Amino acid sequence: MTGTGVGASVKRKEDQRFITGKGQYTDDINLKDQTYAYFVRSPHAHATIKSINTKKAAAMPGVLGVFTGEHVKEDKIGGLICGWAITSKDGSGMKAGPHPILADGKVRYVGDHVAVVVAETKEQAKAAAALVDVKYAPLAHNVDAAKAMSTKAQVHDVAADNRVYNWSIGDEGNTAAAFKNAAHVTKLDIVNNRLIPNAMEPRAAIGSYDTGMEAYTLYTTSQNPHVARLVISAFHGLCPEHKLRVIAPDVGGGFGSKIFIYAEEVVCVWVSKRVGGRPVKWTAERTESFLADAHGRDHVTKAELATDSSGRITGLRVHTTASMGAYLSTFSSCVPTYLYATLLSGQYNIPNIYAEVDAVYTNTAPVDAYRGAGRPEATYVVERLVETAARELKMDPAEFRRKNFVTQFPHQTPVIMCYDAGDYDASLVKAQEMADVKGFAARKAASAKNGKLRGLGYSAYIEACGIAPSAAIGSLGAGVGLWESAEVRVNPVGSVEILTGSHSHGQGHETTFAQLVSDRLGVDFNNVSVVHGDTDKVQFGMGTYGSRSGAVGMHAISKALDKIEAKAKKVAAAVMEASTDDVEFKNGTFTVKGTDKKMAFGEVALAAYVAHKFNSAEIEPGLKESAFHDPANFVFPAGVHICEVEIDPDTGVTEIANYTCVDDFGNLINPMIVEGQVQGGIVQGIGQALAEGCVYDESSGQLLTGSYMDYRMPRAADVPSFNLGFTCTPCPTNPMGMKGCGEAGAIGSPPAVINAVTDALGIREIAMPATPQVVWNAVQGLKKAAE
Amino acid sequence: MPTVSMTVNGKAVKGEVEGRTLLVEFIREHLGLTGTHVGCDTSQCGACVVHVDGKAVKSCSTLAAACDGAAVTTIEGLAKDGKLHPMQESFREHHGLQCGFCTPGMIMSAVDLVKREGKKLDEDTIRHGLEGNICRCTGYQNIVKAVQAGAEKM
Repeated sequence: MTGTGVGASVKRKEDQRFITGKGQYTDDINLKDQTYAYFVRSPHAHATIKSINTKKAAAMPGVLGVFTGEHVKEDKIGGLICGWAITSKDGSGMKAGPHPILADGKVRYVGDHVAVVVAETKEQAKAAAALVDVKYAPLAHNVDAAKAMSTKAQVHDVAADNRVYNWSIGDEGNTAAAFKNAAHVTKLDIVNNRLIPNAMEPRAAIGSYDTGMEAYTLYTTSQNPHVARLVISAFHGLCPEHKLRVIAPDVGGGFGSKIFIYAEEVVCVWVSKRVGGRPVKWTAERTESFLADAHGRDHVTKAELATDSSGRITGLRVHTTASMGAYLSTFSSCVPTYLYATLLSGQYNIPNIYAEVDAVYTNTAPVDAYRGAGRPEATYVVERLVETAARELKMDPAEFRRKNFVTQFPHQTPVIMCYDAGDYDASLVKAQEMADVKGFAARKAASAKNGKLRGLGYSAYIEACGIAPSAAIGSLGAGVGLWESAEVRVNPVGSVEILTGSHSHGQGHETTFAQLVSDRLGVDFNNVSVVHGDTDKVQFGMGTYGSRSGAVGMHAISKALDKIEAKAKKVAAAVMEASTDDVEFKNGTFTVKGTDKKMAFGEVALAAYVAHKFNSAEIEPGLKESAFHDPANFVFPAGVHICEVEIDPDTGVTEIANYTCVDDFGNLINPMIVEGQVQGGIVQGIGQALAEGCVYDESSGQLLTGSYMDYRMPRAADVPSFNLGFTCTPCPTNPMGMKGCGEAGAIGSPPAVINAVTDALGIREIAMPATPQVVWNAVQGLKKAAE
Repeated sequence: MPTVSMTVNGKAVKGEVEGRTLLVEFIREHLGLTGTHVGCDTSQCGACVVHVDGKAVKSCSTLAAACDGAAVTTIEGLAKDGKLHPMQESFREHHGLQCGFCTPGMIMSAVDLVKREGKKLDEDTIRHGLEGNICRCTGYQNIVKAVQAGAEKM
């Protein structure tokens, strides 16, 4: 499709500023009289703070103040919160330890925030921070999720065994019976490796206090500035909401890591008052990002799949230990529960599922949502199990999947979710054709001739996004509702501004949202602009994560547009002296049924503001409407990834030889942008499978992967170009018929890659990241076994 | 403090810097040209790439004082007379950016790559040529497309 409407690959409005260096990220903003903050961080994984002496630091040139946990208590600034309460199997509440914005007597991971120095320059702040004298008494520590419940290192007083909760879902008895009666059981021990999100823009914040207005402003790298304002106001107790403005300007990627409310941004806005209202700026150094951004994944799982004699899946049972890190980050608790175990049915008809999750504290950075959040972990479990079961049953992995696919909709799984629409086989068929699966045997033989090992792996993922129906998540423990808001302002000249609670940090909302509005109102695409990321402009919103801005955010806009259309019809009817019921609106023009009377949208907009031609007692002047939308259900994107790898057994290097992905995202607003989201997601998944892994040293508790020298990010030469395709079953719960596309690539890809690697090597299991070293060791093991 | 003089985007500039002041700090903080970004501090990510005397340089690991007398081009200086450089245009045309943070460095590296390798670039050359630039959003596919098409138009 060409043009600028829905379905067209319109070039992005936002690009002009980014390609010319005119983007405005938080660190690009400098306020008058700005000062700089530098944080003193814990060098220990776990320690008691014996004393903090700030005298020398405070006497350094340019220093305006050194603040510690004592000042936090003095000003009664509340601690960081976790907004989702999970109830354990035995009915007890989750064990949330205190999380002060500056340490209160104890540090619990390397990088924990202990004190802050504010100075005239960044260099002065950093130099003085080095002179803050903190005396620590180290305590026993543990960085390993698997050992958390048996270690001597107790992270929080409230959790004697380091267990935050012991949660379960599904029917334990029926599932046990299914396993008892199974013809075959496939068992796997699975580690979902810990990752560090690494948005390219490091986190940053500028807090300022206006002594005249007695109000605060916070510029911050946030995916959800309104939630930040609410939390800083309601829980940290800094000031009432109307006295705090939060602005998230251009944000350089998030991937989940910028959803959360972090200590540093609260500190910046709090201490600005302490230094006389001067703005306080903090920008993370990359090592601080590694140390103190919320990490992702880190699951240790035992998983089993039961099948009957015909190859039908009869049960799935999982036990997962999930590391929460040292503190519960903002949404951490829902990730290994409601975002994870509710997806364990995958694309399959599985009558019995039971999952039990122990969330545990470790002396590591907090773990929270990272692109996919729980759903990549679920998909990895399901798709590794299914692939392994097929191999054990000597069935073709694609046929085994096909045999067990859900084919009737709606489909209620045993783990809460009700899938609304899909055609899983259509994606599988299309992916197999695009990947030329038939030609694989010949390609494998050709690789073998060159001394290379070739393998093919599938992953048929499903995810639940468009997060989320408020009442449903409220009943599951969420402290917030996950609706979205929109306001459509039509100007007298007929141009349109859309104010949205969604936040764009790479997704291209300024373009896609304008496409929707341009299409609906018949207004030129260039006459539509999108406003977001400022709590003074947009009244409220829940922000962008969980692939929700299309299905939820655009649905809110669509609702506001319905109201605009209804109001404009009234105005048009009055001007054209017709009954409102006789006015029709199409392609930007209002017409009166059975007459040749017509008015362009712009003319009606002007008439609404001039207000000469209607009775203002009956029709209010102006043309501006707002809407809040609460979704009726999650949306369920699904698709098939097929990965083909070629391994060099001499070096252990895995090359992605071919990668095909077919997604069903329902209707697409802008295919170019959707493809970009998928490509980026796949590379993050390939990164998890082959390269990325966060490593803490067990004996010292130090983060060993604290820079790009040690943490292996995927680079351009590590990946190929991908073959992408789409199928479409429109989503029935939104008028656009769309599903989410932001996380799917990262959800579907890791098992496809690992299934391909294990196929190439002819082995059952291999750990992620399957680096050249890991693969080479596996090859040596095979050689030894063959001897 | 020593004074440095250089030409930045065709304009003569002068400033007092400390010996330790990095070129990126001089560009961003002294000159207020914030298109050049700092993504890692350790010369790994390439968000800070600028051209010094026509060559791509990571400005986060270059001292400002070392650039005394040099001609520096930043992303802000790439478009001439209000007309985008073909590489900038190509990044937009091929959706070679999402959040935009790595983009200035990516474009500056790409322009340098074309200068070194010529206008006809195959995928492999581009992918290896961009090994010093990390992008977390795009998965590189559209960046490769953008560089290939942009190179031909340079």
